[in-house]
Amino acid sequence: MQDFAEAFRLAFSLVLSGDADLFEIIWLSLQVSLTALLISCVIGFGLGTVVALSRFPGRGGVIVLFNTLMGLPPVVVGLLVYLALSRAGPLGVLGLLYTPAAMIIAQSILITPIIAALSRQIVEDLFCEYDELFRSLTVPLHTAMAAVLWDARYSLITVALAGFGRAIAEVGAVMIVGGNIDHLTRVMTTAIALETSKGDLSLALALGIVLLAISMTVNALGLSLRSTAGRQAYA
Amino acid sequence: MHDVALKLSGRIADAASSDAATDAAVLNAAALLPLVVRNLSFRAGGRSLIDALDLEITAPGVTTVMGPNGAGKSLLLRLLHGLIPPSAGEVLWAGMPPDREVQKQQAMVFQKPVLLRRSVADNMDFVMKLAGAPDVERRDSLLQEVGLLPLSAQPARLLSGGEQQRLSLARALATNPQVLLLDEPTASLDPASVMTIERIVKDASGRGIKIIFVTHDLAQAKRIADEVVFLHQGRVAEHAPAADFFERPTSSVACDYLAGRIVL
Repeated sequence: MQDFAEAFRLAFSLVLSGDADLFEIIWLSLQVSLTALLISCVIGFGLGTVVALSRFPGRGGVIVLFNTLMGLPPVVVGLLVYLALSRAGPLGVLGLLYTPAAMIIAQSILITPIIAALSRQIVEDLFCEYDELFRSLTVPLHTAMAAVLWDARYSLITVALAGFGRAIAEVGAVMIVGGNIDHLTRVMTTAIALETSKGDLSLALALGIVLLAISMTVNALGLSLRSTAGRQAYA
Repeated sequence: MHDVALKLSGRIADAASSDAATDAAVLNAAALLPLVVRNLSFRAGGRSLIDALDLEITAPGVTTVMGPNGAGKSLLLRLLHGLIPPSAGEVLWAGMPPDREVQKQQAMVFQKPVLLRRSVADNMDFVMKLAGAPDVERRDSLLQEVGLLPLSAQPARLLSGGEQQRLSLARALATNPQVLLLDEPTASLDPASVMTIERIVKDASGRGIKIIFVTHDLAQAKRIADEVVFLHQGRVAEHAPAADFFERPTSSVACDYLAGRIVL
């Protein structure tokens, strides 16, 4: 019990002292996850909107696929990206394995289906509401898409926050494709796993505290957006 | 049918001439008239909801579509506007089907207002942008007309039911329609909101906009209608000038309806 208390004390002192190694790991984690989020939002919102607003053979299958891929196991994604980026793989010539770029790719693959599936549902629901009005007004498709995306912005930001939460907390995929290399590909989750296995609980706890703080901030942001939307009757 | 048109056209023309002359954007509803509906049918779930319906509307003014619940009033309005395709038959506005070009000259107000998740002013701007650049002066003038100018910065969805419907009406008028289709726009509104909407509709009719107004409120139909189309079981049971319809209904279902008897 005393060891735990000491570990917590050390963890807080690491955070409060602005330990350089700690903040390097935090900074890399944020860089990787935010970049992955940006890529996933562009692809996911685009795919979600197209599937929501169009009708084509096999659309139901695409929706089932999106929903299924929401539960993609990170280690499986890590393995597939590893195989693709390894020297013998189809993208081996790019030399991306064990770099932050590989981690970004893995996280993007993990969260794109989440963003696509959730945004598809949000856009489709809102479009159903507007459908007769838009057809009555003969609104061009691109204008309708822009209007729906704009009006659904609060819900879509919440989706993006959910995607970010998934990315920043993920460990399996980035461990496999990043390799957890110190000062190069070590992020918070992989560092926690490593330091715990080494028995250095203070650094692991310090990172855990930061990870929790980020998660809480993201959730608070989401809640704040929802209540803002509710207050203004946009939701 | 021709008699209905003749009786109405003279009356409407008198009422409209004074207002229309002063309106900068003089509207010409006649450009989309006559409305001819031939053998129109719509089937869903194995039931015939509109059944080989024939109708011809040639006169401007306010045409109210009446009938008991389930008669097909709202469905007919959607078919006339081209929002849903018929199972059979055709709708022709001045000889043209209700395609995008015809729809652009019409506007529809739904029973449940469909408002964008934006402010009152932004809802207006959205439709005005479709026709070109938003005209702030005209937007404010329309909002003033429906009594919503002081609320122009408010989120549209925070408005009361009556205010939302008035905004829907102002937004529809912002598109400069030649024909305005209204699907029970005053259902479940308080008397003051009903009177406001009726005034706006009459003003619009006076400016030359053809109005097709679905209602099952007899008193309202008496106040605003120039002619009445009475529907029963997906067919036109009676089509007559309003005065004739209310004083001398010819069909038994219309007689029962006007007498307050249950019409199945």
